[in-house]
Amino acid sequence: MLMLLGLAAYAVLGGADFGAAFWQLGAQGEGGRALREHAYRAMGPVWEANHVWLIFVLVICWTAYPEAFASIFSTLTFPLFVAAIGIILRGTAYTVHAGTAREIERRTVDRVFSISSVLTPFALGAAVGAVASGRVPVGNAAGDLVTSWLNPTSLAIGALAVATGAYVAAVYLAGDAARAGLEKLAVAFRRRALGAGIVTGAIAFGGLVVVAFDAERLSDRLFAWPALAAVVASAVTGLLTLELVRRSRFEAARYGASAAVAAVVVGWALAQRPELLPGLTVQEAAAGRRTLVATVVGVAGGAVILTPSLALLYGLVLRGRFDRGATEAEATARQRTRQGRISLLRLAAGAGAVGLPLTLLFDGGLLLALGVALLLASVALASLDLGSAITAHVADGELEPPATISIENRPSRD
Amino acid sequence: MTWLMLAAAPFAPVDQEYLFEARQMQALSFAIHIPLVCFGIAFPAFVLFMEALWLRTGDPVFRTIAKRWSKVMLALFAVGVVTGTILSFELGLLWPNFMATFGEVFGLGFTLEAFSFFTEAIFIAVYVYGWGRLSPRAHFLSGVPVVIAGFTGSLTVISVNAWMNSPSGFTLEGGRVTGVRPLEALFGNHFLWHEVVHMYVAAYIVAGFLTAAVYSFAWLRGRRGRYERVALVVPLTVAALAAPVQIVVGDWAARTVARDQPTKLAAFEGLHETKAGAPVHLGGWYDGEEVRYGIPLPRLLSLLAFHDPSARVEGLEKVPPEERPPVNVVRVAFQTMVGIGFLLTGISAVYLFVWLRRRRLPRSTWFYRAVVAAGPLSVVALIAGWVTTEVGRQPWVVYGHMRTEEAVTGASGVPVGYASLVLVYAGLLVAVAWILRRLARAPVEVQSRPSGVAPLMAGAARPEAKGDR
Repeated sequence: MLMLLGLAAYAVLGGADFGAAFWQLGAQGEGGRALREHAYRAMGPVWEANHVWLIFVLVICWTAYPEAFASIFSTLTFPLFVAAIGIILRGTAYTVHAGTAREIERRTVDRVFSISSVLTPFALGAAVGAVASGRVPVGNAAGDLVTSWLNPTSLAIGALAVATGAYVAAVYLAGDAARAGLEKLAVAFRRRALGAGIVTGAIAFGGLVVVAFDAERLSDRLFAWPALAAVVASAVTGLLTLELVRRSRFEAARYGASAAVAAVVVGWALAQRPELLPGLTVQEAAAGRRTLVATVVGVAGGAVILTPSLALLYGLVLRGRFDRGATEAEATARQRTRQGRISLLRLAAGAGAVGLPLTLLFDGGLLLALGVALLLASVALASLDLGSAITAHVADGELEPPATISIENRPSRD
Repeated sequence: MTWLMLAAAPFAPVDQEYLFEARQMQALSFAIHIPLVCFGIAFPAFVLFMEALWLRTGDPVFRTIAKRWSKVMLALFAVGVVTGTILSFELGLLWPNFMATFGEVFGLGFTLEAFSFFTEAIFIAVYVYGWGRLSPRAHFLSGVPVVIAGFTGSLTVISVNAWMNSPSGFTLEGGRVTGVRPLEALFGNHFLWHEVVHMYVAAYIVAGFLTAAVYSFAWLRGRRGRYERVALVVPLTVAALAAPVQIVVGDWAARTVARDQPTKLAAFEGLHETKAGAPVHLGGWYDGEEVRYGIPLPRLLSLLAFHDPSARVEGLEKVPPEERPPVNVVRVAFQTMVGIGFLLTGISAVYLFVWLRRRRLPRSTWFYRAVVAAGPLSVVALIAGWVTTEVGRQPWVVYGHMRTEEAVTGASGVPVGYASLVLVYAGLLVAVAWILRRLARAPVEVQSRPSGVAPLMAGAARPEAKGDR
């Protein structure tokens, strides 16, 4: 269940993220430049957060379904490695983009970014196709290393992943542009959203046909209750979203597009049941009870922390508080005179003096722990004290005369 | 019982011709990732410290440094995210048997880590994009979760490594794991605490000395404005205080290893025979039976391992040859780490002594040269330390339970993967170096204080290179 949630979130948000880069690929010239910049700007603040969904899916998978994870990763070495390389290139290009100054640099970086952004979802989609069509048997690299992912279903799902990303991204970006009052961009992305929506629909429909011929087990279940409901729901929301885009109701279209994509993921999961891999049901694949309980509790606890944090981040981004030109909320910091400090340094020395012998003398137990804690506290306190004292000294004080003289008297090296 | 056997069979050991390449691939990925982790752990604390100074004094130089550093922090975090993802991919791509058999025992550690990581990602984004968009106080507070998540993240990941070195919390029946107690396995593990503390302190040392090295270099080049001086002393002070403590923590780590992984300890020294009052040899080479050409320091190993100069230390001969780690790799790595550790402590001692006695910074250019060298050296020590513990664990992936060769993938193409990864990572390093240079070259803009402080760094600035993002 949790994995499903993570998968859906990654498909929607990660997909949008990949898709944004997809649009950059085709964008050339002056207008294209504005388009590309807009994509970076809109995705910037949430990029790392989006990415973590994938890691989330991975770790839950290997904790809760270790054998399935190992089978999938060993048989699907190739597409997953390609995805991994794509992720490196993407992340690097993204990081470097902030520093590009010249057009040529920008174009090179954008090219790498876009290509890897198409490669990665395609490879991941192909891997999903392999699992869905039952081509990954249980075992260490037990499946065919090539045909497992190079087959009609995999290709269809890979293409679907790329198209879906492009579609969702166009809808998001159109909404962003409209909100920021960038009329021309909004129109451009609206056009792209409509086009991509139709293409995505076509690929999805074509994909169903491919699956019907290529993967009978999957299609049998896909066209039966309850998976069929999800498929239909996806198709209906997809069409509704297209209509919303046509009417430039981007805010609503945003949710519609996300729902349509999530429905596809749910549909796949339902069709997959009860077998995760051929001959391995979800029940059998699951880890021990204690592990599952601990994972669920951990995830629930994490969610308590994460939900408000994520809400804060997405909220800030969606409400545009992060947009350029937002009001400078920053007040000048109050100038305060330095107050007399309690001698943190003495405290640090004391903690160190007690902590050191405890750490050295004990091989375990509470006293050792106390010793280590005191030592660390001592470093922290001393850092605070000396850090601010020395900083104040160098910030206020003059340069030390002898040092400057000894250097400045020398002939300059450059 | 039959289904047990059947289920275990698919993950029987395979014959992987390129085991060594697979190990190299994993090691390379770690070596790239771990220095970035140090910046993920320690750098946010430096940035927040600067911002706190700004909030307290109102001096804009602190805000400028904090803001510029926060961009570096974001760039390195983004690269860290990527390299970390690759590591989790590789766990499955290279070591499927390990994951299939033991994933449920240690997986929880990574699940919890994902949350730390998630929190860190969210708040780093809020922090960096929030400059000028949040009130100063709210902005400072948005950085606090980043520091905390840096700690919890390293705690949970290292809990997995500690478990690999000191496995517990499960029962192994016919190649299948049963009765898993994940919390006990990860957090009831007495390898965890010294590893976490050792790594956490190391992060502050590495991030501190590397950052200080940059400004020390600027100092040597004659750029000594307030900006550079402030940016030099904060990381240097933290690293200088952490370095001596690391020796004490390292001693604690060595004692735990001596007790629980005697073979690894024997490899640190190249001690073949079990003996009381064992010596340490500086340098030299282990030839399979003894250390040749080393400088012997009598009884030191016994003293270090058990705090007793005549304690009995177990030698490598205790285990059959195929269960011994590659001794020389471990030995050289260990001595490199310890040697650099003492060197860094020496630099720290000079710095702290001059400050406490004379209330000024050291004046000798040699001191600043030493700090420039200390940056890369601290990274070398960091990696040597991980080599010590990870290669020292060999041939086991799960100490005493699963050998590395039993864990490896059966898929072909490992060398191709290795080669492509090397290429991609080379590109990554170039890109990171390039972006850091770009960020460093953006002109420093400090609103001058009423007192009128001279403008600072006169770097070859490109006006258009300075972006707000």
